[in-house]
Amino acid sequence: MAELIDAFAIALKAAIGFQAVFLALLALGLNIQFGYTGLLNFGQIAFALLGGYGIAISVSQWGLPFWVGVVIGLAAAVLLALLLGIPTLRLRADYLAIATIATAEGLRLLFRSVSATPVTNGTRGLSGFNQDFIALAPWDTAERYDLLGTRWSGADLWVALVGWVLVALTCLLTWLLVRSPWGRVVKSIREDEDAVRALGKNVYVYKMQALVLGGVLGALGGMVYAVGTGSATPDQYQNANTFLAYAALILGGAARVLGPVVGAMLMYFIIQFADTGLRTLISNGVIPEDLLSATDVAQIRFVLIGLGLILLLVFRPQGIFGDRREVMLDAR
Amino acid sequence: MTHAHNRAGRRAGRGAPSHVDARRTGTGGGRRGPLRLLLLAVLAGSFALLVPGTAAAEPETAAESVSGTFRTSLSGPIEGVEVTVTTPDGQEIGTTESDENGRWSVDLPGPGQYTVTIDEDALPEGVTLNGENSRTVTVDPGRDQGVLIGLNDGSRNSGGGTVQWIQLFVDGLRFGLLIAMAAIGLSLIFGTTGLTNFAHGELVTIGAIAAWFINVEGGVPLIPAALLAMVVGAGIGALNELALWRPLRRRGTGLVAALVISIGLSLLLRYLYQIIYGGRSNAYADYRGQRAVDYGPFTMTNADLASIVIALVVLLLVAVMLQKTKIGKAMRAVADNRDLAASSGIDVNRVILVVWMMGGALAALGGVLLGLSDEVQWDMGFRLLLLMFAGVTLGGLGTAYGALLGSIVVGVFVQMSTLVIPNDVKYVGGLLLLIVILIVRPQGILGSRARVG
Amino acid sequence: MPADPTPHGATAAGAGAPASLGKGAAPQRLAQAALRDVPWEVGVAKPDAAIVVDDVTRTFGGLTAVAVDHLEIQRGGITGLIGPNGAGKTTLFNLLTGFDQPDSGTWSFNGRPLGKLSPHRVSRLGVVRTFQLTKALSRLTVLQNMLLGAQGQKGEGFFRALVPGVWRSQERENTEKALELLRRFKLDAKKDDFAGTLSGGQRKLLEMARALMTDPEVVMLDEPMAGVNPALTQSLLGHVKDLREQGMTVIFVEHDMDVVRDISDWVVVMASGKVIAEGPPESISQNQAVVDAYLGAHHDAPLTVDEEDRVLAEAERSIAQEEGTGGDVIDPERRPRHGGQR
Repeated sequence: MAELIDAFAIALKAAIGFQAVFLALLALGLNIQFGYTGLLNFGQIAFALLGGYGIAISVSQWGLPFWVGVVIGLAAAVLLALLLGIPTLRLRADYLAIATIATAEGLRLLFRSVSATPVTNGTRGLSGFNQDFIALAPWDTAERYDLLGTRWSGADLWVALVGWVLVALTCLLTWLLVRSPWGRVVKSIREDEDAVRALGKNVYVYKMQALVLGGVLGALGGMVYAVGTGSATPDQYQNANTFLAYAALILGGAARVLGPVVGAMLMYFIIQFADTGLRTLISNGVIPEDLLSATDVAQIRFVLIGLGLILLLVFRPQGIFGDRREVMLDAR
Repeated sequence: MTHAHNRAGRRAGRGAPSHVDARRTGTGGGRRGPLRLLLLAVLAGSFALLVPGTAAAEPETAAESVSGTFRTSLSGPIEGVEVTVTTPDGQEIGTTESDENGRWSVDLPGPGQYTVTIDEDALPEGVTLNGENSRTVTVDPGRDQGVLIGLNDGSRNSGGGTVQWIQLFVDGLRFGLLIAMAAIGLSLIFGTTGLTNFAHGELVTIGAIAAWFINVEGGVPLIPAALLAMVVGAGIGALNELALWRPLRRRGTGLVAALVISIGLSLLLRYLYQIIYGGRSNAYADYRGQRAVDYGPFTMTNADLASIVIALVVLLLVAVMLQKTKIGKAMRAVADNRDLAASSGIDVNRVILVVWMMGGALAALGGVLLGLSDEVQWDMGFRLLLLMFAGVTLGGLGTAYGALLGSIVVGVFVQMSTLVIPNDVKYVGGLLLLIVILIVRPQGILGSRARVG
Repeated sequence: MPADPTPHGATAAGAGAPASLGKGAAPQRLAQAALRDVPWEVGVAKPDAAIVVDDVTRTFGGLTAVAVDHLEIQRGGITGLIGPNGAGKTTLFNLLTGFDQPDSGTWSFNGRPLGKLSPHRVSRLGVVRTFQLTKALSRLTVLQNMLLGAQGQKGEGFFRALVPGVWRSQERENTEKALELLRRFKLDAKKDDFAGTLSGGQRKLLEMARALMTDPEVVMLDEPMAGVNPALTQSLLGHVKDLREQGMTVIFVEHDMDVVRDISDWVVVMASGKVIAEGPPESISQNQAVVDAYLGAHHDAPLTVDEEDRVLAEAERSIAQEEGTGGDVIDPERRPRHGGQR
C-alpha cells in the first residue's frame, strides 16, 4: 500500500514537473495547428529541438547571453515553419505530414552526425547553458524542497514554475485567438478550405500563421525541456514525443483551449504511474521476470501510447471530456 | 587477452535471445528525464545502420564497461582485433580481442575517463582506420559506454581500386530496389483506400524479425525462412485490413483519424518489437561475413547480388501480375477510380484485402533483404519508411510504377549523395530530396492531375 | 421535382423579403429586354457583358475538359449553364473562380482580367461561387458560417484579433446583417445549431446566404438544386430569382430542364468542353446540336434518388481529384456528409 502511495506521489510530481510543461507546450502548438486549423504537423519535435539547441548552441558554443539564445531558438522555429509551409501548405494535408515527419527525423540525424559535432557536440550534446536562467530563481536553487509529498530541487521547481506560467499565457493567447474572427477563419479552414477561399480569405496565409505559431510553441517546449534537464542531446528529441503530444491532445480534447494542458498532465501521470507501478510489481515478483523485465518497462510506455492513440481515436475521438456529437459531424 | 571480458560475444555465439542483455541503460531511468534515458537506450542500436564502416556500440550487463563492434560492409565482422583500455594517465585496465561477430567489451572499475586503443595491424587487408586508432570516452555511473572507432573498407571511399561513383550507383540501385519492394504496398494501399499508412515500416521490420527468429532460433536456412517471413508479412497485412481498417472504413472514419491511428499502430508495434526482439542488431545465421567479389569498376558480395536479382524478379512478377492477371487489373482499376470499379462489379473489399496481403509480403521480403545487408533491427522499417515516402511521393502517390521508379531514384540518390556529404547524414539528403520534390513537382514523376467532368 | 414552370415559386419564396420585389421588377425586365434582340448563336456579343471569356482551354492528360472560344455573360440576368455529364461545366466554374488554372485563354470581369488570380482574390472582386457538393462548415454554427462571409473584417488579422475592442463593433454589425439574411432564408431558428446538423437543402440555403454576406456582384451557383428535396426547391428558386431582383448577375449549373426554363434569362449549353448553343430558354429544346449532345446522356430528366447519390459520389470524387484534396475519407461510400439527408 505504501508503495502504491509512493507511485501515486511520483506520478503526481511528473504531472506537474517541467516534463509535463514540455509536453503541454508541444500539445498546445499542435492544438493550434491540428485542433483548430487542421494542419498535420507530425514533426513538432523538430521545433522543440531547434528551441532547445537554439539556447544550447548560443550559450555554450557561441558564448551569447541566455536570452539571445531564446530569441535565436524562436527565430529558428519560425524559419523552419516557413520552410516547411511554403512548399506544402498549398498541397493536400498528407504532404505536410510527410514533410514534417521527415524533417523531424532528418534534423535529429543531422544534429547527431559527426560533421555537425563542432557545433552540436554530436550525440553527447551540450550542457551548462542554463545557469543564467536558474540564477534568476527567487529561492536557493541548491536546496531541496518538499511539495505534495515529493522532494524537488530548487532548480526544478523554478523551471516548472516558469514553465506553467508560460503554459497559462499560451492558453490565454489561444483563448483570445479562437474566439476572434481569426479563430473563426482557421476553424473554417479545418472544415473546408475551399469554402473559405470562395469567401475571399487567403487560406495560405492563415495556415502559415497557424503553422508558425504552433512551431513557436513547440520551440518554447523544447527550451523548457533543455533548461529543465540542463542539457541538450539530439536523442532527447525523438519524434515519438510528437506522437506523445498528439495522444495528450486527443486525450484532453482537441480544439479546446485547456484540452492539451489537461491531456499532458494526465498523460504524464498515467505514464509515470504505470511505469513505477510496473517496476514495483516486477521487483515484488508479482509479474514474473521472464514475462516482463524491468528494462522492458521503458518500452511498455510507448506501446501504451500507441495503443491509447488507437483506442482513443476509435472509441472516443472527442477525448475524455468532449462531446461526441460534435466529432461525428467531422466529415474528414 | 582475458576471455572473461568477452561476454556479449559469447552470448551471441550461443544464439541466446538478445533481449536479455541488450538494454541495460533503461534501468537507471525514472529520476531525471525518464524519456531521455529510454531514448539513450535506442541510441546504441541506431549506430550500426547509420554509420556503416564504423565500430558500433553494444550495451552490456556489468556495472561500468566500454564495448563496441568491428565490422564493415565488405569485410563483415572483424575477429581478433586487440583492444586495450587505459586510464588517461596510461594505467592499463584490460585488453580483449573482438570475437567472431566483431564484438568486444571490457569491464571497468568505475565511472570516469578511459582511452580505448585498437591494434590496427590486426585489421584485415583493405580495411583501414578512418581517423585515430584510439578514442577517449567519459563513462557515466552504471553505463555501458559504446566506443566508435571509424573503419574504412575502401568501398565507400576513394581508394580500394574501384570506381567510386559506379560502386555507389550499384549500391544505390540495390538499396532503391529494396525500398521499391517495400513501397509498392504503401502506394497501392494509398491508391485503393486513401490511407497514408505510417505503420507500413513495421511490416518491413516484421519480415526481417520473423526471418531472423526462424533462421537463427529455429535453425531453418535463410531462403525458406524468408519465404515463411513473407507468409507472416501477408498474414499481418491481412490482419491489418480485416481487424482494423475494414471495420474503420465501415464506420466512416476520416482520413485524419485514420492517419493518427496508423501512427499509433506504428508506435505500438515498433516498441513491441523492441521488447520481444531487443534493442540490438543481429545478422542472419547464413551468408554472413562474405567477401566482396571484384567486378572491375565495383565490388559486391554474392548476397547483395542475389538481393538485386531477387528484387528484380519479384518486381517484374508484380508488374506482370498488375498488367495481365484479373486481380492485378482490378487493383489498378480500384486505385484509379474506386467508385467506377465498384459499379462495374469489382469486389472492392476483396481487392483491398489482396493489396494488403501483397503489400505485407513484399514489405516482409524487403525487410529480409535489408536485414541481410544491414542486419536486423527493431526500428529498421521505421527508418526506411521515410525513404519509402520519399520514393512514393517522387513517383506519384497511389501509382504502383511510380513507387517503383521513385524508390530507385531515392535509393541511388541517397547512396550517391555520399560523394559530397558525409555518410552519416545521407538519409538527411534523401529527406531533403523529398522536400525539394514537394516544391518542384508535388504530383510526382508519373502522377498527374486528374480530369474533371 | 416540380414540372410546373409557373412563377409561383418566386412570389412564395420572395415573401420573406417583400421589399426587394418592388424595386427588383425593373432590372429583370431590363436584362430580358436587353437579351431579346440578341441572335441565338454561339459566342454572340451581349449588350452589357459582366464576364467575357476568350479562348479558354483546360485539358487533363490529353482529354479536353474545357475549350470555350468566346462567351459573354449578361449583367443583371440569370444565365443557366447546362450540358450532359462531363461537359466541362464545373471545370469552367473552377477556372472562372480561380480554383483551377487553364492551359490557355483569358477572361475578365467588368473589363478586368481575372486569369491567374487566386480564388480569394476573385471572390474579393465580387465574383462568389457555391459548390456542387455543399461546403457547409460542419463544426461551426450556422451564424458563424454566415459571419465568415463578411468582407474586410478587422478581427481576421492575427494581431488585431488579440484586441477585441478593435473588431467588436464591426462584428456586431455583421451579426445583424447575417441574422437579417438568415431570416430571409428561414434559417434564423437554426442560427446556433452546428451547420453539420442541417439537412441537404438547408445547407444549400446556408451556402447561398453565406455567399451573399460577401455582397457579391456575380453569384455562381453550381447545381443549387442537386440533392434538395422538392419542397425546398421552390424556395431555392425564389431566392435565386431574388438575387436578380437585387441587381446581381447569376450564373448557375443545373441538370433539371424545368428549373432552367423557369428561371433563366439566357441558357448556355456545353458538351465535351465546348459551348454548342446559347439562347433564351425556349430556343434550346429545338436546337438540333443540343438534342444530339443529350442523346444517350441520362440527365435530361430529373434524377432518381439512387442516380443522384451515384452522380454525387462521382462528382465528388472527380472534384476532389481535380482540386487535389481527394481521398478525404477512406471510403466515400460511407461519407457522413449525407447524414443530413437521412
